[in-house]
Amino acid sequence: MENYLNLTATQARTALQKKEISATELTQAYIAAAEATKSLNNYVCMTADKALEMAANSDKRIADGSAGSLEGLPIGVKDLFCTAGVETTACSAILKGFVPAYESTVTSQLWRDGAVMLGKLNCDEFAMGSANETSVFGPAVNPWSANGEVDLAAGGSSGGSASSVAAGSALMATGTDTGGSIRQPAAFCGVVGMKPTYGRCSRWGIVAFASSLDQAGPFTRDVADSALMFASMAGHDAKDSTSADAVLPDLQTALQASVKGMKIGIPKEYVMDGMDEAITALWQQGQEWLVEAGAELVPISLPHTRYALPTYYIIAPAEASSNLARYDGVRYGARVEAGQSLDDMYEATRAAGFGDEVQRRIMIGTYALSAGYYDAYYLKAQQVRRLIKNDFDEAFDKVDAILTPATPSAAFPLGVKQDDPITMYLNDVFTVPANLAGIPGISVPAGFSQTGLPLGLQVLSGAFREDTLYKVAACLEKQAGFTGQPPRHALAAG
Amino acid sequence: MSVDKDTVKKIARLARLDVPEDRQEQIAGELNAILSWIEELGEVDTSAVEPLASVTGHSLPLRADKVTDGNKVDDILANAPEQASGFFVVPKVVE
Repeated sequence: MENYLNLTATQARTALQKKEISATELTQAYIAAAEATKSLNNYVCMTADKALEMAANSDKRIADGSAGSLEGLPIGVKDLFCTAGVETTACSAILKGFVPAYESTVTSQLWRDGAVMLGKLNCDEFAMGSANETSVFGPAVNPWSANGEVDLAAGGSSGGSASSVAAGSALMATGTDTGGSIRQPAAFCGVVGMKPTYGRCSRWGIVAFASSLDQAGPFTRDVADSALMFASMAGHDAKDSTSADAVLPDLQTALQASVKGMKIGIPKEYVMDGMDEAITALWQQGQEWLVEAGAELVPISLPHTRYALPTYYIIAPAEASSNLARYDGVRYGARVEAGQSLDDMYEATRAAGFGDEVQRRIMIGTYALSAGYYDAYYLKAQQVRRLIKNDFDEAFDKVDAILTPATPSAAFPLGVKQDDPITMYLNDVFTVPANLAGIPGISVPAGFSQTGLPLGLQVLSGAFREDTLYKVAACLEKQAGFTGQPPRHALAAG
Repeated sequence: MSVDKDTVKKIARLARLDVPEDRQEQIAGELNAILSWIEELGEVDTSAVEPLASVTGHSLPLRADKVTDGNKVDDILANAPEQASGFFVVPKVVE
């Protein structure tokens, strides 16, 4: 049973089709793995009975020849996706006990294609954070460690997703990425994380953070699995007015294609002061790998890069302050009775239900949208956002894809006191621009830090060109040959 | 544009967040740190730049004005902290 946990989704699918294993056996192995790695705190809710029922149905469909593209593959779901009949909290006290009557479009498509749901995964409260430390359930832990003693951050906000896929307690997992929440934790945990083009995956049924930036995407062990899962998650949905009615490019062909003759942009603004030396070296190595494979490097400039974070920290909180107005203690979630009036009840409920970081962002967003400050902050940020998008539009006139580091550092220890929220925000310096521009990005594990922690490279492509993205990512993966089992993998916990 | 205690009180009120008196000073400090970092955007000349609200490039789609959903009172009330006779219950709002 144990070596099931080392199979990629593509390998597991073949083994299931050849009936070398059953979906039930595979699911049992993952349920046991999740139990064995409980100390990583990456699941906030296990749905073992539901998983076994879904697996039994998958076994029937495999037997009668009607298997879907993800038939029998056990998947974890970030606790930001509404799952019918299963508590969905966004890892916030204000949504404790909320059981949706409906299923998000993205997860319904995964189940349509035969995937098995293992449970709900830990994340930062309302996806606001870069270390999974704002979760009401406490942080998810990275299965990797530098010295085996200190617990390291799995990253955030999709920390539980990255941790579970890396630790062998989920074969694949869903995530969402508003400013790097898929790509940063994927890099920290040594797995593949992809943020699709804005509009590719429906946002319907996903707890909203910043609606013009949020996008769902897959966490997987390798690039081919990422394309497989992404194809199931993507597609037009009339229930999301920003959903794109665009045909998915041929990803399977892209995975096999050569990067020969492709132009890869190297943005000079992504050279950062104080960046980990190993990351600078890995970025250089990544460029050499692509040249060896026949690609051509093109120096490019994205001049407004340095304004991406401040722009993001106006736009995302502004949209969040509006989206989170719905948590009023009336329709769902927790209610705190206080004072005499309706307003007293609202204020007490929201103060008790939201954590510090969420309250901070609601306050910033409310301020930026308030009378007298709207033009100076929100409008200004929207204007700079256009300049950032223009930078990318101009770059993609010259190049097919862009190569950057995924994060400015390797995973850091949990519980380090952050006096300054801006230090935490800087984690997303390489990932935020793609959200502002709406373009896809993927983080591929490609090397290690001096202390043996995984590091990722990021590939960006033009909007709706996930085929280009996967072509370059597959090449990097092959050249890097990243392997290794984290010390706290389920098999080690055995 | 510096945020003081009174501004914190005002924003908290707009956001319907009960921020206790003894935390207002600290929050003013945190907001000022973030806002002064954001001031950096002032360097960028945006005088001729159209604000970007959405990257989709398509206009919002319209659908036929037909009822496509409904009759889900029980589903809608299922998560309510308090309900009665098919309605949400809130503290008294009119005398």
